[in-house]
Amino acid sequence: MEGLTLSDAEQKYYSDLFSYCDIESTKKVASNGRVVELFRAAQLPNEVVLQIMELCGATRLGYFGRSQFYIALKLVAVAQSGLPLRVESINTVKDLPLPRFGASKNEQESRHTTSYSSDTENQGSYSGVIPPPPGRVQVKKGSVSHDAVQPRTSTDQQESTSPVVSPQQSPPTSPHTWRKHNRHPSGGNNERSLAGPGPFWSPFSEAQTGSSAGDAVWSGHSPPPPQENWVSFADTPPTSTLLAMHPASVQDQTTVRTVASATTANEIRRQSSSYDDPWKITDEQRQYYVNQFKTIQPDLNGFIPGSAAKEFFTKSKLPILELSHIWELSDFDKDGALTLDEFCAAFHLVVARKNGYDLPEKLPESLMPKLIDLEDSADVGDQSGEVGYSGSPAEAPPSKSPSMPSLNQTWPELNQSSEQWETFSERSSSSQTLTQFDSNIAPADPDTAIVHPVPIRMTPSKIHMQEMELKRTGSDHTNPTSPLLVKPSDLSEENKINSSVKFVSGNTVADGYSSSDSFTSDPEQIGNAVTRQRSHSGTSPDNTAPPPPPPRPHPSHSRSSSLDMNRTFPVTTGQQQAGVVAHPPAVPPRPQPSQVPGPHVHRPVDAEGLITHTSTSPQQIPEQPNFADFSQFEVFAASNVNEEPDDEAEKHPEVLQVEKSSDPSGSLRVAKTDGRIEEKTAASAPANVGKSTTPLAPPPKPIRRRLKSEDELRPEVDEHSQKTGVLAAVLSSQPSIPRSVGKDKKAIQASIRRNKETNTVLARLNSELQQQLKDVLEERISLEVQLEQLRPFSHL
Amino acid sequence: MAVCIAVIAKENYPLYIRSIPAEQELKFHYTVHTSLDVVDEKVSAMGKALVDQRELYLGLLYPTEDYKVSLLSRLGIPCVKSMFPNQLHRYGYVTNSKVKFVMVVDSSNTALRDNEIRSMFRKLHNSYTDVMCNPFYNPGDRIHSRAFDNMVTSMMVQVC
Repeated sequence: MEGLTLSDAEQKYYSDLFSYCDIESTKKVASNGRVVELFRAAQLPNEVVLQIMELCGATRLGYFGRSQFYIALKLVAVAQSGLPLRVESINTVKDLPLPRFGASKNEQESRHTTSYSSDTENQGSYSGVIPPPPGRVQVKKGSVSHDAVQPRTSTDQQESTSPVVSPQQSPPTSPHTWRKHNRHPSGGNNERSLAGPGPFWSPFSEAQTGSSAGDAVWSGHSPPPPQENWVSFADTPPTSTLLAMHPASVQDQTTVRTVASATTANEIRRQSSSYDDPWKITDEQRQYYVNQFKTIQPDLNGFIPGSAAKEFFTKSKLPILELSHIWELSDFDKDGALTLDEFCAAFHLVVARKNGYDLPEKLPESLMPKLIDLEDSADVGDQSGEVGYSGSPAEAPPSKSPSMPSLNQTWPELNQSSEQWETFSERSSSSQTLTQFDSNIAPADPDTAIVHPVPIRMTPSKIHMQEMELKRTGSDHTNPTSPLLVKPSDLSEENKINSSVKFVSGNTVADGYSSSDSFTSDPEQIGNAVTRQRSHSGTSPDNTAPPPPPPRPHPSHSRSSSLDMNRTFPVTTGQQQAGVVAHPPAVPPRPQPSQVPGPHVHRPVDAEGLITHTSTSPQQIPEQPNFADFSQFEVFAASNVNEEPDDEAEKHPEVLQVEKSSDPSGSLRVAKTDGRIEEKTAASAPANVGKSTTPLAPPPKPIRRRLKSEDELRPEVDEHSQKTGVLAAVLSSQPSIPRSVGKDKKAIQASIRRNKETNTVLARLNSELQQQLKDVLEERISLEVQLEQLRPFSHL
Repeated sequence: MAVCIAVIAKENYPLYIRSIPAEQELKFHYTVHTSLDVVDEKVSAMGKALVDQRELYLGLLYPTEDYKVSLLSRLGIPCVKSMFPNQLHRYGYVTNSKVKFVMVVDSSNTALRDNEIRSMFRKLHNSYTDVMCNPFYNPGDRIHSRAFDNMVTSMMVQVC
């Protein structure tokens, strides 16, 4: 053996190792367990180890003398560097990193950290060097050179506690050890403040910033425990590039990376010791994740395909089962690809798992991908899911599409609703209620088909509603009333499809415009208000309103429904005196432009007439719950001086019409109650209704409420939205009409009672018919089954 | 009332079997196995042209023993559900990739409507698709997905 020249670091390291192995202090180490374990921990193939032993002469001697041991260690370093084992390489290879011994070192370090106090004899000499327990090791480590590490290792070696090979360290502790060792290499990274379980990123980032010397030290002293090969993403470009800094070869890279990862893990752990939200991703972590994402997918808005992600995360050496679970958690839209947010969430979960945190059953909110703005991926701090929540309403279909994430974001809150959604869709597709809608709705309702997918939406977004409002105002009055029609049927089926009804109604209202029913924008608005209020009330059942759903609007209720009004109107027309009042029978009164907001321009002209009507009703409001709207009528009435009967008459027809149009009585009632409260409290709201400047949202609501109350008054009258518009106008400009109210009140009440009775009768009839229809359909299905049975294999 | 839900791979080995009364698991295994024959029969009977998604549901397989098995296949042949008392219905469902879902349902509690069975299979199919989308899942492995388990549990609990 030629002379072995060792650097100082190597000298120290080797001497420590020798001392460690030389348990008998005989200055020569036999091939005992320690040595064998040490060499095994070097993670070299057996043949290499044998070759090393032969080269160093131990085989010849039968034991490891100090020189042989040193040579062996040097050869181990050579082998780990990937260089061929040659005797000459002992001295020729310069700048060889210290041999890395995974298990042993790990054990030593872990033991060292865990049983810090157990360092006895060496502590005196090394304690000064050994940084304090895994706390801010970095600081010291930064300044510590190999000496700190080596003394520690020697200290560890002196600790004859646990065997060399038994990396049973719990994740928290092992990172600590690494942290200490890796501190100085990652001096630059000390300032990193990683919160939360984000160990991974530090390996990479540290790898990026660590110096070659640091790497060497890492490699020498902080082999990660076999089980905790952190971010041994072997192919990670940043680490590989960094590792290339020192002469370490590919093999070293792997180990160093693992070491680095351990270091960073330690770092992260250290810094993340105090965090309130364990799943929060810090800025640095996120930046790291983003960088990693870029390595796979340069486009930050693009996707990482599943296969690439699989390779990437497999490098983390987590069990496939856990990786599978992480994938399930993080792939929000279930598209088999990871967006940047999903990738960060997955990475974060992997890091957490590596750190020992159990995987959650559900994706934590802070990890939910921000579905609305993928461009916000750069927003490091914005990790909460609320962003998604705000945007989620805008997304409708819960299909496996990009829009799904928005829905998913609402999952934590609406997890239940996701079930409901599913149920809805299934119900809607499988139940017969929707078909009933079709049959019940006036002909030419192709939109009902559209209704099916729409119900998926939980709550119509405000934006959507407003859009609809706009649409409605600008659209014909022939806009679909089917949604409204649907509502009544829905209500009749409430017990079964309560929530789906909401969706349907909401959606249908939102779609609004598909059916060709006579319902004008007002009914739609009513429906809108209804749905909106429904959404406001969450999934509260529509059963709050005692009266059964009003019967579907008569088939005759089409555009010509106004004619019906004529029929009914004569009853009240007589009382009308104002010319304007006479209009409503023929055509829904047009609300005065001044009184009606822009959207309600379509309102019938005789809004004023309505106003007069409504003016009479205000007093009745307190008397009957249905009259809540009349407070608005008061406002309306204030603007007109029509006689009360006229007002009533007009109101009633309008109410009835509205009722029929918007019908889901339950929902209406709910909305009514809401409206009532609002109306009573906000008399100014109706006033605002009249103003065109008012926003779309508020005006419709009061209008609707008014309509609802009117609906209750006249169930059989189904006129249109124009009435509602008129009512709105009326309500807004209603003055209080004190006198002659008593008479009208009674008349109104009587008519209300009558209408209610009619309402209930019709509703009952409706439900019975629907039941019959269901039965018939079931029979049909059974017959079909029998038919199929009769010709079992006819298609053979 | 799903008392047993099984996912059978194309090669007719089980990917996932779960039954509610654990002690009867073996019996359910046999039941599902026998129902596979019916599935294959139906599939072959249907011919190869039918790839309509709507016809994934096969319906009741055959009312033998005290269990009714119904197989949903894409072929969409609804089977006759003979009303055996205290029956467990077996329902089947075959996907495009010839992965079969077999569901054994206890009819004693309530008569599950066909539509409900279809919806349950739809949910199963969706969950299975999610499992497939997971790049860490190798087709042919047992299904260990927790999400899938939760979904199946919900179905079985709901049914029972």
